[in-house]
Amino acid sequence: MVKHSLFKIVTAAAIAVGASLPAHAADPIKIGSVLSVTGPAAFLGDPELKTLQLYVEKLNKDGGVLGRQLQLVHYDDGSDASKANGFAKRLIDDDKVDVIVGGTTTGSTMSMVPLVEKAELPFISLAGAVVIVEPVKKWVFKTPHTDRMAAEKVFDDMKKRNLTKVALLSETSGFGASGKKETEAMAAKMGITLVANETYGPKDTDMTPQLTKIKNTAGVQAVFVFGLGQGPALVNKGYKQLGIALPLYHAHGVASEEFIKLSGPAGEGVRLPAAALLVADKLPASDPQKAVATAYRKAYSERYKEDVSTFGGHAYDGLMIAVDAFKRAGSTDKAKVRDAIEATKGYIGTGGKVNMSATDHMGLDQSAFRMLEIKNGDWILVN
Amino acid sequence: MRVLRRHSALLFLAGLLLLLPLVLPNNFYYDIVIRMAINAIIVLGLNLLIGFAGQISLGHAGFIGIGAYASAIFPTHFGWHPLVAMAAGAAIASAIAAILARPIFRLKGHYLAMATLGLGIIIAIVIKNEAAYTGGPDGMPVAALGLMGFEISGEKQWYWVLAALLLFSFWAARNLIDSPFGRALRALHGSEVASQVMGVDVVRYKVAIFVLSAFFASLMGSVTAHYIGFVTPNIADFFHSIELVTMVVIGGMASIYGSLIGAILLTALPQALSTFEGWETVAFGSILMLCMIFMPRGLVPTLTARFRPNEREDP
Repeated sequence: MVKHSLFKIVTAAAIAVGASLPAHAADPIKIGSVLSVTGPAAFLGDPELKTLQLYVEKLNKDGGVLGRQLQLVHYDDGSDASKANGFAKRLIDDDKVDVIVGGTTTGSTMSMVPLVEKAELPFISLAGAVVIVEPVKKWVFKTPHTDRMAAEKVFDDMKKRNLTKVALLSETSGFGASGKKETEAMAAKMGITLVANETYGPKDTDMTPQLTKIKNTAGVQAVFVFGLGQGPALVNKGYKQLGIALPLYHAHGVASEEFIKLSGPAGEGVRLPAAALLVADKLPASDPQKAVATAYRKAYSERYKEDVSTFGGHAYDGLMIAVDAFKRAGSTDKAKVRDAIEATKGYIGTGGKVNMSATDHMGLDQSAFRMLEIKNGDWILVN
Repeated sequence: MRVLRRHSALLFLAGLLLLLPLVLPNNFYYDIVIRMAINAIIVLGLNLLIGFAGQISLGHAGFIGIGAYASAIFPTHFGWHPLVAMAAGAAIASAIAAILARPIFRLKGHYLAMATLGLGIIIAIVIKNEAAYTGGPDGMPVAALGLMGFEISGEKQWYWVLAALLLFSFWAARNLIDSPFGRALRALHGSEVASQVMGVDVVRYKVAIFVLSAFFASLMGSVTAHYIGFVTPNIADFFHSIELVTMVVIGGMASIYGSLIGAILLTALPQALSTFEGWETVAFGSILMLCMIFMPRGLVPTLTARFRPNEREDP
């Protein structure tokens, strides 16, 4: 406690001195973040944290925001939602951050939502599921595309190819389970028949039993896999092994270079919806996202010597939307910043064009997704 | 003298809990203390099973999960009162423990560890896959805990609830250990054959203590769910079970104080180390390893033996 009061005296003295100095001596703007840097969701949380660190550094080098430096306060929830809840309390009550950009998984995000709503603190989530922004929560926003959009994009592409009888194979993880629910709803809406509906566990090492069942189901015209990480790559391999010749689609959760490497030749011809980031260099020069996506890709891979993933891109978008809101609000007043985030219009990010409103706290539409296909070990844009 | 010391420990804990709010600067610190208390109560129950009766359980988080999800599911889907749901959860957990205890406790050593491990994992899988009720891996929100129009909300109210529960558990555990029941447990830990010869119904006592610790785990699962307001299957996870067993072992097996110290230490450490920037897991692991190398019997028993060599630790 002695140390604490000493700190207060020093701070008070610093403020007294600071009053006569220019604005750069002001307190930093605090960006809080709880990410799943370790644990099963680490492949999402790790690029997110790296992106936040990289860009906070960059912004500070360019003079910060509102003449103040940015300070990133981040904690690792170890992919455990109840820890995320505890760290969110720490960000709100102890660190007194100005905004939270984080929440890697839907579970983590939802466990933080009641806290930020009560504390009235703007919160930009980096998790996927629709429940985060539907129904709209006053203080909660998100940057990634939803599973519903992915299902819609995939079915859209299938219908163009006259494929209407589909087998769904989903993972029993949070991502896959939510995806399954949204896919089933979307199928009914778009006139697609799900003739088979199988699941696999996130740690399974062989999906040939499910695939055999799908192969033996009469009338299947295409297969749609909803999963994350290694599972979908194993599906590709089993698919080739069994010699199934039907078109194969994946969800946006595997949109990374890693997926191509894991699948090897078995990945050829597989389609999936993804953000423009993955094909930044193949976009036409007229594409509005080209500049943003190329710049982010270059900065990230130069600094960390690894391929970009769309997950890091979500963190980039979250941070930039927050920074943009600080600038437009002209202060870090929480209510003003929240209003500014909600008023985000025409922001071009790695995930797409963001137009938020009082009824849409994500702001992305179907144009944010591109349909990609793996050809010769690389992504190509379809149509 | 002994009686006085016994009560002095309880009074000391009560005094500590009364004075603690004076030095807690904000809600975040309340939150940590509340989580410490929740863990301490679960670990007290688990230590009765592991430390005193000498029976391992690697599936205890499963019982916590049952309590937590009972408190989440029954009020949300069936409109039950949260307290009824809490009691139902504890009843279900106790029933499962009672039914399974007899076959499980025929096993010993590694086999017993594997059977309890399996039990915990099965519960976690059921919670993860029954998405229609449990919300699946993403979890579900939990209604507030209230009674007659009064709702417990905010860290400060929860603090007093948990302080009372902790004091009660501490008192109950100490009394239990010194009762004939507790002596029988310690006897069967020492030698099952000898205690059988002395007329102790070994199976009955093992089952009873397993059910009791499952009951407490389920109750605290419900309390955790209401306190956090959101549950995910992580709560019933295998790693959560391991975390709890670690608290028992680090604090000290068969030591009531050890349970408190273990829970406090392992709840505080991750927070204290979180500023280590990616090295927190390494630091955490090193601390645990050093503890086990230099204090193999756990913190409290080792230190007691060191500073009061002539005195056996008073459990």
